[in-house]
Amino acid sequence: MDLPPRHHGLLAEFDTAAAILRAAEKVREAGYRRWDVFTPFPIHGMDHAMGLKNSRVGWFTFIGGVTGYFTGNLMIWFMNAFDYAIPVGGKPMFSPIFAFPPSYELTILFGAFGSLFGMLFLNRLPRLHHPLLKNRRFKQVSHDKFFVVIESSDPKYSEPEARRLLESAGAKHLELVEE
Amino acid sequence: MTEATAAIPAAVKVEAPPPELERQPLVLNQRPLGWITDHIAGVAEGKTPKWWWVAFGISAPTMVMCFVMIAYLISTGVGVWGLNHPVAWAWDITNFVFWIGIGHAGTLISAILFLLRQRWRTSINRAAEAMTIFAVMCAGIFPLIHVGRAWFAWWLLPIPTSNSLWPQFCSPLEWDVFAVSTYFTVSLLFWYMGLVPDLAVMRDRATNKLKQILYGLFALGWRASNRHWSNYEKAYLLLAGLSTPLVLSVHSIVSFDFAVSQLPGWHTTIFPPYFVAGAIFSGFGMVLTLLVPLRSVCNLQEIVTTRHVELMCKVVLATGSIVGYAYGMEFFIAWYGGNPYELDAFRFRAFGPYWWAYWIMITCNVISPQLFWFKKIRTNMVAVFIISIVVNIGMWFERFVIIATTLAREFMPANWGYFSPTMVDILTFVGTFGLFMTLFLLFMRFLPMIAICEVKGITPQADPHHPLGGAGKGGHH
Repeated sequence: MDLPPRHHGLLAEFDTAAAILRAAEKVREAGYRRWDVFTPFPIHGMDHAMGLKNSRVGWFTFIGGVTGYFTGNLMIWFMNAFDYAIPVGGKPMFSPIFAFPPSYELTILFGAFGSLFGMLFLNRLPRLHHPLLKNRRFKQVSHDKFFVVIESSDPKYSEPEARRLLESAGAKHLELVEE
Repeated sequence: MTEATAAIPAAVKVEAPPPELERQPLVLNQRPLGWITDHIAGVAEGKTPKWWWVAFGISAPTMVMCFVMIAYLISTGVGVWGLNHPVAWAWDITNFVFWIGIGHAGTLISAILFLLRQRWRTSINRAAEAMTIFAVMCAGIFPLIHVGRAWFAWWLLPIPTSNSLWPQFCSPLEWDVFAVSTYFTVSLLFWYMGLVPDLAVMRDRATNKLKQILYGLFALGWRASNRHWSNYEKAYLLLAGLSTPLVLSVHSIVSFDFAVSQLPGWHTTIFPPYFVAGAIFSGFGMVLTLLVPLRSVCNLQEIVTTRHVELMCKVVLATGSIVGYAYGMEFFIAWYGGNPYELDAFRFRAFGPYWWAYWIMITCNVISPQLFWFKKIRTNMVAVFIISIVVNIGMWFERFVIIATTLAREFMPANWGYFSPTMVDILTFVGTFGLFMTLFLLFMRFLPMIAICEVKGITPQADPHHPLGGAGKGGHH
């Protein structure tokens, strides 16, 4: 017996920023959970339309920054006051003042690493293989088209219903995305 | 549809501003989104133009000359340079500060103008950030080869060695190691993160397997998901927020190399802001030097418009005036402070044996940018290009004047001296321009030199509440 090929989800194409924003509101109101909007550039107001919460990247930045500052201070204390004390001009072996400039730079350095890697971690990137990346039509997302994808793994997902919803939202084209 | 948007009555609609107050568009001629992709990506995708080969043919050998000079220096010794007692810092440190300063405009454009919501920055930030990275690479060479025994330059790093010795953190020179390496790393991260969505654009347009794999690899599997954009935009904002204090701190710390010492002419509190303003001034000069010719040869006038050039000229005018004020204030304080050594150092700067360098500096940095008060000059690309080069010459001389004039006169007249460069000094410095231009030319041939996704994001088509973005067609938006 041949099972029908499993599919990743239903892809709907839209032409304008306003159309995709309206569609996103409709999909959210229909109560879907595993779905996403794909746009060539971030659209202002889309997070709100999709009901996304504020991104958590800031925590990674913050933790990175705090780690950087304390790493700097600890390193300088260890190197110049503890492990091999270097007396300079009768000044204290360690002071947070002269340790400040390098620690400040490390705050920024670690914070920047936290931001980039935090963003990649939250987005589960790098991920070089994905069903959508195999879809020919989806390539237009980096050009000038806008897409909504409702994934087949969504608990509410049923193909005819999703089709009806996206058609009523004004999709220009609908197709199934292969797994 | 949210209830809030549906509830707005039609009468509340904001009237369009009168035509004289309408802002000029950032992308001319209402180009569609697809045109923006094709046009920008096309610069890197098309056949390599002739002018590119000519430019590369000049810059690549110049870069090789730089490496040959460095090899000669390291194999022979610092005696091949003109520096000697009492001027132990000379062209090398001048070049270091010069190149680091060039980089600052890139970060200013990418970070500070982003925080200030200056949307025009999107057309120029990618190229300016690339310029930053390449300029910092050129800058980094000089302190490393200036240490004399360059094979010991890694002693600057806090790594455990069999010497059981650590770097000495009371010294601003060690702070510099941290400032410059952090600056380079963070600039690279910021630049790369901005590139990720555009690398995905290049991946999706790739015409052969190799391009697809390479662009695809570095695009990290980016698929323009809004859930991703949401984290991405937050990370971008945070990186901009981190780069802003970073860029201000880097040139402040570079100025500490001088200000923390006790030499007349160096030991001043005005140095950090004065250095940062000068850095941005020279950096914008370099951005103009690069982009004014590039926008015509790459046909990008509709994206990097005359308005963009004008705005950059205004930044040059503003920072140039700050620099001019700092020059004046230095003299005032030298007199008002009542320190005879300080006053003498400045008298010597303007009227001593280096008077020619001082007055070149004043002409290039204080007088030439004032021409940008005139719209006729700001919109004349030839004039802008010439002034931008003059600005860079002036800023190189500023660093030379600060370094050489102070060191040439010590407290004891018996120790006075005069520095003249040797051919090796000159060719090494000229060679770094080759390195810089080679890297920049390679960048613009292989990567989109304008941030495609960001430029799309500021067009009216990107705004869901604008008629061009589709608003009004479906009813309530």
